[in-house]
Amino acid sequence: MSLTKREVENVAHLARLEITEGEIERVVENLSSIIDFVDQLRGADTGDVLPMAHPLDMSQRLRTDEVSESDQRKRFQANTSAVEAGLYLVPKVIE
Amino acid sequence: MMHKKTVAEISRSLQAREFSSVEITRHLLSRIDSLDKNLNSFITVTADFALAAAAAADKRIASGDAGPLTGVPIAHKDIFCTDGVRTSCGSRMLDNFVSPYDATVVARLKDAGMVMLGKTNMDEFAMGSSNETSFYGPVHNPWDLNTVPGGSSGGSAAAVAARLAPVATGTDTGGSIRQPAALAGITGVKPTYGRVSRYGMIAFASSLDQAGTLTQNAEDAALVLEAMSGFDKHDSTSSPAAVPSYHGSLNESLEGLRVGVPQEFLDEGLDPQNRAAVEAALEVYRSLGATIHPVSMPSLALSVPTYYVVAPAEASSNLSRFDGVRFGYRCENPVDLVDMYKRSRGEGFGEEVKRRIMTGTYVLSAGYYDAYYLQAQKVRQLIAEDFTRVFKEVDVLMGPTTPEPAFELGAKTADPITMYLNDIYTIGVNLAGLPGVSIPCGFVNDLPVGLQLIGSHFSEAKLLNVAHRYQQETDWHQRLPGSDYE
Repeated sequence: MSLTKREVENVAHLARLEITEGEIERVVENLSSIIDFVDQLRGADTGDVLPMAHPLDMSQRLRTDEVSESDQRKRFQANTSAVEAGLYLVPKVIE
Repeated sequence: MMHKKTVAEISRSLQAREFSSVEITRHLLSRIDSLDKNLNSFITVTADFALAAAAAADKRIASGDAGPLTGVPIAHKDIFCTDGVRTSCGSRMLDNFVSPYDATVVARLKDAGMVMLGKTNMDEFAMGSSNETSFYGPVHNPWDLNTVPGGSSGGSAAAVAARLAPVATGTDTGGSIRQPAALAGITGVKPTYGRVSRYGMIAFASSLDQAGTLTQNAEDAALVLEAMSGFDKHDSTSSPAAVPSYHGSLNESLEGLRVGVPQEFLDEGLDPQNRAAVEAALEVYRSLGATIHPVSMPSLALSVPTYYVVAPAEASSNLSRFDGVRFGYRCENPVDLVDMYKRSRGEGFGEEVKRRIMTGTYVLSAGYYDAYYLQAQKVRQLIAEDFTRVFKEVDVLMGPTTPEPAFELGAKTADPITMYLNDIYTIGVNLAGLPGVSIPCGFVNDLPVGLQLIGSHFSEAKLLNVAHRYQQETDWHQRLPGSDYE
C-alpha cells in the first residue's frame, strides 16, 4: 500500500510536525514502506485473542491525595527562554 | 592497570586501599580525554562532579561507611535525568535541557556511592540500532572504528568495551542494551519490565522501556542491578516484588538446567559463523550439566512488525510533550501557536524520530486503529503466550542476540526496514516484558557476537547465574578491542 502525499501531510499535521518540501518525497516513500511492512500483521489469525496493552498483569496503583512535592517553579522555568512573571509565554492565542 | 578491572575488582581494591576513588576517577577521565575522540561515546563528561563525588566516596570508605559500590565509577546513558547536568537524550530537542532532578536509577546509584563520569551517547530518543541517529554524531565501535557499536545504548557499550568506564547504564525497548552489548563484546542485562524504575528515564515506549546495565561480566551486572532495582512509588508500573540477592546465587550449579532453543532464532537470516558460535556456547552449557531442547515459537516471526506498530504508537503519544513551551527546543519567531509546535518539533527532532512519530500517528488515526494498533496488541498477546508456553517446559531460552556482528557505519541507514530487522531476536522479549541477557560468545571476522539468554518474568537471578557460570568456563568477555585499550 502506497500512501499519498496528501495523506502524509495530514498525518504530519496531526503530529504537529513540519515537513519541508525537500523532505516530503522521502517521508512518503519511507512511511509507505513501513506501513507495507507492518501490513503482514493483518494476515495473523487473532480471532478471539484479547489485545495486550501491558506486559505485566497488574492493575493501576492508586495513592492518597496529599501534597508530596515542594514548589520548584523557578528551577523548572529555568529550562525555557520565554517566561514572564512566573508564566510561560507563547504566541498570542486569543486576539 | 586500574581501568581493566571489573566493578567487583575495583570495589575490592578500594576497600583494601590499593587505590582511591579519586585516583581511579582521574585515571578514567584522562582515558576518556585521550581515547574518546575516536569513539564519541560520551555526550557530556562531568569531570568536576565526578571528582567531588569520588572525594566524598573516599571519605565514606575511610570512615567505614561504604557499600560494595561506593567509589566505583559509572557512566549513565543520556536518557536518564541527572540533577544539574544536561540530559539531551541524543536530541537537538533537549540540547539545552538541564534536568532539575535525578532519575530513580541515578539517585539510587548515587546513594550507593557510585561516581558518575558523564552521560553517554545514544540514538536520538533511543530510536535506532546503530547509534547513528544521535544529534551528537555516531559512536564508533572500539573493535573496528568503521563499524557501529549497535544502539540505542551504543555510547554505553563502546565506553565499557574500551574500558573508559567499568559499568554503564542503558535502556532497552526493543534490544537497545542487548544488541550493543553483543556488538561491543560485553555483558548487557535487560531486566523484567517493572523491575527497575522508569522514573526520570525519558520515555520512548512506556509498555516496553526498561533500564539495565552494560558491564564486563555477569558478576558486575548482579552487583549494580541489585542496587538499581526495586519498587519506586514514582513509577506507576514499578513492581512491588522483593529484589533477591543476585550476587548470592551466581555460583549455583547448572546441573539439570533445561535450555530451550527457539528454532525461529536459527533461521536463514542468521550468519552461519554467528550460528556456529551460538552452538559452541550450547556445548559449553551441556558440559555444565544442562540439557538442550529445540522449541518452536511460531508467533515470534511477527515480533518485528508488531513492535513497529506498538512502539511508534506509544512514542507518538509520549513525544507529544515536546511542544517548545516549557522545556526543550523552541523555533525562532513563530507566527502563531501551531507554527511554534510544528517548527519546534520539525527542527528539534531528527529524521528517525519524526519517522516513528509519523508511523505512530498513522496507526492510531481514525480508520486505521483497529487494523494496525489493535491487531498488533493481539499479536503481542500471541507472542507473550508463546513464551509462557515454552517456559512450562524449559528454564531458560538461548539463541543469538543479533543476526550478524557489527556492520559498517552507513550500511543500513538508507532503508529503515533493514535497520529494524537487526533487532529480530531481541524484540520479542520486550513485547512479553521478560528479562534478557547478552553475553559475549565468540568472534565472527574478528568482531564479537553475543549469546542471548531469556528467562521468565523476574528470573534475573537465574539468568545471571547461568551467564556467570559460562563466564567461569570461557574468556570471551575478557578480550580487549586492540592494544589501544590495553
